[in-house]
Amino acid sequence: MNALNNSFMGYVRENGRVGVRNHVAILPVDDISNAACEAVANNIKGTMALPHAYGRLQFGEDLDLHFRTMIGTGSNPNIAACVVIGIEPGWTARIVDGIAKTGKPVVGFSIEQNGDINTIAAASRAAKEFVHMTSEYQREECDVSTLWVSTKCGESDTTTGLSSCPTVGNMYDKLLPKGIYGVFGETSEITGAEHLCEARAANPEAAKKFMHIWQAYTDDVIEQFKTSDLSESQPTKGNIEGGLTTIEEKALGNLEKIGRTSTYIDALGPAEEPAKGAGLYFMDTSSAAAECITLMAAAGYVVHTFPTGQGNVVGNPIVPVIKITGNPRTVRTMSEHVDLDVSGVLRREMTIDQAGDALIEMIRRTANGRATAAEALGHKEFVMTKLYRSA
Amino acid sequence: MADPHLLVHHKVDNVGVVVVEDLTAGTEMLCVVTEDNSDFRLTVNHDVPIGHKVGLQDFAAGDTVIKYGQDIGKIVSPAGKGDHVHVQNLKTKRW
Repeated sequence: MNALNNSFMGYVRENGRVGVRNHVAILPVDDISNAACEAVANNIKGTMALPHAYGRLQFGEDLDLHFRTMIGTGSNPNIAACVVIGIEPGWTARIVDGIAKTGKPVVGFSIEQNGDINTIAAASRAAKEFVHMTSEYQREECDVSTLWVSTKCGESDTTTGLSSCPTVGNMYDKLLPKGIYGVFGETSEITGAEHLCEARAANPEAAKKFMHIWQAYTDDVIEQFKTSDLSESQPTKGNIEGGLTTIEEKALGNLEKIGRTSTYIDALGPAEEPAKGAGLYFMDTSSAAAECITLMAAAGYVVHTFPTGQGNVVGNPIVPVIKITGNPRTVRTMSEHVDLDVSGVLRREMTIDQAGDALIEMIRRTANGRATAAEALGHKEFVMTKLYRSA
Repeated sequence: MADPHLLVHHKVDNVGVVVVEDLTAGTEMLCVVTEDNSDFRLTVNHDVPIGHKVGLQDFAAGDTVIKYGQDIGKIVSPAGKGDHVHVQNLKTKRW
């Protein structure tokens, strides 16, 4: 997106936000409504069910996060219209009403007193109308500043810290000044670089909020349950295979994703929509790829940039996930998963500046409609974050 | 310049990262510091897989390993200059 090409073709939604995909989503309120949603998606071509594991007997902060994730997902501008199905009408209406605030077409159905079959029939008729309506929507030229771009890396190794993560950082250093929204997260995976992350806040409030989030996770979860190397989960077995040894080393590579000059203006709770205008945000998330991307999509981000070393294959049902790797072995053995090869950085044939430009071009093409590797391969990992055991 | 075998983030780092496949013990590696593009030579003592680290100095137990110019953990078993540095001799200070 150089001076001559500062735009892309997107879908302008009722609330002014811009989507890069045009999905009709069939969203279950709870786990027991998955079957009905999948039946509707099977009946009506051009729709997509978003099955998940939760939504029953949750309470307090954990239930708030469930609703925030459901409403945020349905509200994401990559979704043109949404059918919501729940076991009972109350919580179903709460999610429908939340999504309706965007102005997009949304309708809810509940199963009790109707049964699956009648619910599926009624929801299928509504979904079919949505497909007719939204399939006539046209892409329009949109300024780059309307893009919301998230990032999270996965199956990292030492090459991510040398190449693919600084590539994302270079992209942010170039696109944030043009007015995009950015977000990074992975609370546990900042451990060892928390002092550097604190220093990258744009203001003292954001720094304080970040440190509070990081310390709270460390105190409430890590200290309570910790094991050596968190049982080969931080770093993961794949990270270790790729040469990463400690969480500190992994965190320093991770933080390369925010570049050299970018600063974050606020620290968000999981799936919380940014409210302080354009710029970079930190979000409190798990470092597990599918959970993290699901939360960022629920906050309204429409394109995801995903550096990988050893070859994490994750995708998301509503947000295109762009895979970037600098590991030549991964390029050689898993090329079908790679959207952008930056292995030239390791051979010193490509600079980080050139890699950042290549990523910006891939973001533009993806926003225009190019299917990512994860989309072509059918990766639709939609994974809710749960804060504690249900009642 | 030929393709480097080992990349080092910062001048002060005491480990570097192997960036080629099939590196064998005894290879005199071309090592490049990405911070300033300076280079040096170092002979690797083990077969080290791509992505894994090589020590740039001798380490005793308790020494701090520096990468990105930052503390990435402590040595728990002595390692020599040119040795493979990984989970067998380096451990987090956090958990």
